[in-house]
Amino acid sequence: MTPTRKKRLTLVGLIVLGVSAATVVAITALQDNMMFFVTPSDVYAQTLPADRQIRLGGLVADGTVSRDPDSLAVTFGVTDGAHDVMVSFNGILPDLFREGQGVIAHGFLDDSGTFQAHEVLARHDETYMPPEVMRALEKAGHPTEANMPL
Amino acid sequence: MIRMLLPLIVFAGLLVLLIFGLRTADQREIVQSPLVGKPVPEITLPGLNDPETTYSTAELIGEPYIINVWGSWCWACREEHPYIDRLGREAGVPLVGFNWKDEREDALRWLNRFGDSWSFHMVDFEGRAAIDLGVYGAPETYLVDHRGVIQHKHIGPIDATVFEDLMRRIVQMRAEADS
Amino acid sequence: MIAEFGQVSLILALVLAVLLATLPLYGAYRGSDTLMRLAPSLVIGHFVFLAAAYVALSVAFLNHDFSIANVALNSNLLLPWYYRLTAVWGSHEGSLLLWMLMLGGWMLAVVAFSRTLPREFLTRLLSVMGIVSIGFLLFTLLTSNPFDRILPGPTDGQDLNPLLQDPGMIVHPPLLYMGYVGFAVAFGFAIAGLLGGKVERDWVRWARPWTLAAWSFLTAGIALGSWWAYYELGWGGWWFWDPVENASFIPWLVGTALLHSQAVTEKRGSFPAWTVLLSIAAFSMSLLGTFLVRSGVLTSVHAFAHDPDRGLFILIFMAVITGAALLLYALRAPRIMTGPGFDWMSRETMLLINNVFFAVSAAMVLLGTLYPLLVEFMGWGQISVGPPYFGAMFILLMTPIVILLPLGPFTRWKQDEVMRLLRPLAASAAVAIVLGLIISAALGAWNLRAITGWIGGIWVMAGAVAWAVRQWRGTRSGLALHQWGMTLAHFGVGVFLIGVAMVESMTFERDMRIAPGQTVEAAGYEFTLHEVAQVKGPNWRAEEARFTVNRNDREVARMNPQKRLYHRGGQVMTQVALRPGITRDLYIAMGEELDPASGAWSIRIHIKPFVRWIWGGAALMTLGGLISAGDRRYWRRRRAESRRADTAEVPA
Repeated sequence: MTPTRKKRLTLVGLIVLGVSAATVVAITALQDNMMFFVTPSDVYAQTLPADRQIRLGGLVADGTVSRDPDSLAVTFGVTDGAHDVMVSFNGILPDLFREGQGVIAHGFLDDSGTFQAHEVLARHDETYMPPEVMRALEKAGHPTEANMPL
Repeated sequence: MIRMLLPLIVFAGLLVLLIFGLRTADQREIVQSPLVGKPVPEITLPGLNDPETTYSTAELIGEPYIINVWGSWCWACREEHPYIDRLGREAGVPLVGFNWKDEREDALRWLNRFGDSWSFHMVDFEGRAAIDLGVYGAPETYLVDHRGVIQHKHIGPIDATVFEDLMRRIVQMRAEADS
Repeated sequence: MIAEFGQVSLILALVLAVLLATLPLYGAYRGSDTLMRLAPSLVIGHFVFLAAAYVALSVAFLNHDFSIANVALNSNLLLPWYYRLTAVWGSHEGSLLLWMLMLGGWMLAVVAFSRTLPREFLTRLLSVMGIVSIGFLLFTLLTSNPFDRILPGPTDGQDLNPLLQDPGMIVHPPLLYMGYVGFAVAFGFAIAGLLGGKVERDWVRWARPWTLAAWSFLTAGIALGSWWAYYELGWGGWWFWDPVENASFIPWLVGTALLHSQAVTEKRGSFPAWTVLLSIAAFSMSLLGTFLVRSGVLTSVHAFAHDPDRGLFILIFMAVITGAALLLYALRAPRIMTGPGFDWMSRETMLLINNVFFAVSAAMVLLGTLYPLLVEFMGWGQISVGPPYFGAMFILLMTPIVILLPLGPFTRWKQDEVMRLLRPLAASAAVAIVLGLIISAALGAWNLRAITGWIGGIWVMAGAVAWAVRQWRGTRSGLALHQWGMTLAHFGVGVFLIGVAMVESMTFERDMRIAPGQTVEAAGYEFTLHEVAQVKGPNWRAEEARFTVNRNDREVARMNPQKRLYHRGGQVMTQVALRPGITRDLYIAMGEELDPASGAWSIRIHIKPFVRWIWGGAALMTLGGLISAGDRRYWRRRRAESRRADTAEVPA
């Protein structure tokens, strides 16, 4: 084996080693940062991954939104038609948050069965929109209020 | 040689994944329509042309039908209207209009202008019944079979491809109902 | 009429693209000069028809031709003329047309500026780009025709989304497309090189300025998108690791690796196969980005966002283009595998490290972006990957890059001594550590991220300056353009780093409830809300909060964020109030009215230190790339160059 070849082989070996290490780290990081998407029915069926951030999706149940008059705290029910889950949130709700609207909440389920959200995104507008715009909007949790009755 | 083929192999794997993604894109809506495969909730609502008449989903059990959610404010409903026309003519099952969050005057003017191919309309101006039905937007189209079970839900306007897909499903539902 | 004119132009452009992809290529294969000579004329015709189609659509927008579906959907009678012109690329169909116009433009530029290329090579290059154009023309004509009619046409159209009625959003997509499409040129060079088999070293030099230009556009496009999201979306973030953003970031990472590997291949002849592979990858990732954004595969969480037909088409197109390119690579690359050897301590090694880290970063972003799909494929459920994954991976992968970056330019090709390197950079390192600590302390940014950010940033900036100074002293003629460009771009990396470190570690952010007359204190600033007033704009009305901001009892700003309701379409938009500054931005966004009785609103206040440095750094990188691309060295006459290269650098 010539010195050049040997050097090249070592180099390739080092790169392979480094890339494998990076892959292992990446997979671990991925596992830590995965958020499962669940519906209220999944919450009832108790099929929740424990101790994890989850994304809860559904519609804001009618007549369930209640605000604390002195702070930004708010609670509301999220329903998928079959079951409801209470969500508690402290912060600014997206522009389009309202009853009957689709929402996604990021957070975790506490012992009392209330979903503690640290982020709430409203979903779906009421009419068709170009995908790019939809995404831009939804990225920021700002879906648009589509044409309201004139 | 194998080494040189490696990028191609990786790329092929990526393609498989993307094809899968494309095939299942339909099913990956965020709020999985919880009612698909479940019976239509019993909804009783007044008519559009005939406010005194009430229509109920319970009366419709026995044959397949279509529910189409629309509103005069909804631009995409205009876009899908030619296909609604065709559904009304070709589907051979009742086509129920679900007029959502609209005003009677606007809705009637709209129908006057674009044509009314629906069998009849139920009106839900407040949008309360729509929540039971699981409506997230307009237009939406539901296919309900003769047992009153929601078989399919399409979100967004109907285009040529969707129309064909819907027709295929409708024919299937009719065949089931007849057998 | 205008729609039919546009449609016919597109079809004619397709015909010319088909001719371009076949006849001259066959000519190059058979050595027929006549057929090869066709290529430049075909390119010109191709561009003219694309331009005609584009103008046709623009005219339709200007004239309110609502019988064209695309116009009706994206424009209305109230829209001012300049937004009507930019609305052309506000939709999927129109933006594709712009994509193709740019591809045509790049091809035209290749014809104009590459007269010095060997005819066979130029012909193959243009034919490959013609093939790419065929794919996009077919895509447009078959699945996304911008000239589709709706009859009867409505009397008025839908509004262009208010989010898009903004200067930042007008320039962002074209720049991004310029970058994406620009990589098609590098791709064309690589494939033409593979097809020829003989010129594997020379094509890299010719490809470099094109790659640099494409990369610069992409950098500017991404930075503008980030800036736009920052001030328009009202969320205060500058990067979200959203799949759509990742779709543009992956090609950027691959492109950055490509720029650096091209340098090695051009100068030394090492890693030629790797450079070819990166050229293929950069363009393939651009296609993948287009696919991800337009097919809804990843973001199909949004009910309306998907169009499987379009997705399928791009996927097939990508399979054909990339698959064929990789197959050709597998067949031809073994022939060009060898490069001259080099020592451990050499510029080659430095650039190799750069390449490994950038390529791995691209792979990591791709993995994180596609992981939800993989998990679902395996039947493990529906998941999404949170931004912390990307953040953690990036800190890990970029740290070595930052440490080694100033060393790279100082290192000699082939072989070098560690000690020779350390001397000139010891001063930079000392300056970076001392200055970094002092500044962090002075700013009160006494945390690990801010301190390392400052030290790293100054290290990179000082290293770039030190190199330029040494180069300046060592040569009589001063720095060449490409050296200026490199210095500027590397300096920009330092600026960017400081911005990111400060924003990520020192941002003050709070949601609060505030009623008129109240004052809240935030990080040394006092925000007083005086009133919430009703205001009107041309096509919206809004609630406007009137704030004054004081610091040390002196008024520093009056800020008026708004909550707008657009009349047409009834869309609600948060209009943030921004007070930009070199060392900090003040940022207020309105939430919602909490209590009509007291007039209390929920308000989000951000104080973002050094956030402008993020885009400033990106601007420097862009400028550096463009300056480098303009270096005469890449454009010199071919014969003298290739002859010299042949005699001087034939490997032993």
